[in-house]
Amino acid sequence: MNQAVHLPLLDEATPADPTSNIVAVRGITKYYGTDVHALENINLDFPTGQMTTLLGPSGCGKTTLLKIVAGLLEATSGEVFVKGKPVTGPGPERAFVFQDFALLPWATVTRNVAFGLELTGAPKKEREDIARSFIDKVGLAGFEEKYPHELSGGMRQRVGLARALAVDADVLLMDEPFSAVDEQNRRKFQEDLLRLLSVENKTVLFVTHSIEEAVYVSDQIVLLSPRPGRIHSIIRPELDRSESPDDIRRDKIYLDTVEEIWGNIRKYLE
Amino acid sequence: MEIKGINIPPVFSLLIWIGLWEVVGRMDLAFILPPFTAVISELTVLIVRPDFLAAAWMTFKAFAIGMFFAITGGVFLGFVMGTNKTANSILGMWVNILASAPLSSLVPVLMLLFGLGQLTVIIIVALFSIWIITLDTYAGVLHTQNSLKEMGRSFGASKWQLISKIVFWSALPEILAGIRLGLIRAVKGIVIGQLLLSVVALGRMFRTFSDNFQFTEFWALTLILFVFALLFSTLVGLLEKRVEYYAGTRT
Repeated sequence: MNQAVHLPLLDEATPADPTSNIVAVRGITKYYGTDVHALENINLDFPTGQMTTLLGPSGCGKTTLLKIVAGLLEATSGEVFVKGKPVTGPGPERAFVFQDFALLPWATVTRNVAFGLELTGAPKKEREDIARSFIDKVGLAGFEEKYPHELSGGMRQRVGLARALAVDADVLLMDEPFSAVDEQNRRKFQEDLLRLLSVENKTVLFVTHSIEEAVYVSDQIVLLSPRPGRIHSIIRPELDRSESPDDIRRDKIYLDTVEEIWGNIRKYLE
Repeated sequence: MEIKGINIPPVFSLLIWIGLWEVVGRMDLAFILPPFTAVISELTVLIVRPDFLAAAWMTFKAFAIGMFFAITGGVFLGFVMGTNKTANSILGMWVNILASAPLSSLVPVLMLLFGLGQLTVIIIVALFSIWIITLDTYAGVLHTQNSLKEMGRSFGASKWQLISKIVFWSALPEILAGIRLGLIRAVKGIVIGQLLLSVVALGRMFRTFSDNFQFTEFWALTLILFVFALLFSTLVGLLEKRVEYYAGTRT
């Protein structure tokens, strides 16, 4: 069996390569105001079609980095390339899944899922058909006309995921999507997410503070050190994805990788 | 209300007060207080009198036009203040002062400026209610969940789409609350305005009744106004109920 593989860190000079890496981050530094130094010289590649997790203790700037890639925040210096083009703001090739779901409380599940399409001016019939098919794919069939406050946390995030999938972006940016979802539903949701992504062929940037979650879902884990956020290491857990979810969670590589990451993060907490 | 474990509906307390009014009125203690039943029977006469209907229609027009300007102006100002820091620092203080100032003292000045007619009444109505609508709209706009705005931006919403599809709806519960409070203030405004002007519409009727010691008519007219004020605020309250389901779920 393969062991977790450590990749050499990129140096600043490495050019963005849009063919195999759909998202490239080059020299990103971020200050909030003058004294909060959130990120320091981040260089990262996100391979096309893979799930990359940004993992680290709270305050390491992982959400900041994700929002910079999303174009929601501006970096102090450095550049982000998506498909080889520099990012200047949000774009249709990226879709965001929010930690607090960010659903419109006055709109039904269908309208929420179709909202990204509504903003682009897609005809009502067309966007609702697309919405319904994704509502079905995330397992919410039958809840089309419900309102967010009638759904559980896990179901609300399924709406958030369906909304992101409905705009057919190549890159999904997920900001701690399961942190407001209870533990049982989270496991089920993780499994469903992996199954869905294997069909949809998306590149996913996933922010989490859960080590188990990161190892379970990721092809590549970027471990960030606390403020200012720097890349501590990049880990590729070589798990056999054909195994059942329960077997993966009992797999030696899975357990060793979790332990190894915990050993690294523990240093920052002491 | 509960007495000895028996639940008494709130209407009951109203009935007690009405009963008391009737008793005191029948005792003929004060000529300014005729019995409640006399007032009610006068009310049924008054409400179909042509001069009353003309006065009520004129009052209602002033009220509706004034409220229209108060709502459009207040919502607009509230949005400008909520979305633009500079505008807020320029306008904020004034709106707060005007929302709490006793505007009745301005009525004589308005009479000088705009004359003793319908226009002045309309302006009074608008001035009385616009500031609270502005403040509530502003609060609603500020209240808009940041992640909802980020969500809109991340899915490519234009500035106008952000306002019309997200911020407006998110602020709607506060806007309606502001309109309800504004309506109540507008009723005060119209009564004060017409009384001080005392040459137009219901104000003139009030003046005539009290000058001629027609207190049955006076109270009947007062009751009608109360009922209308209550009716308006209940109507907006019903609208508020329709958005209540999500007002509470916002974080």
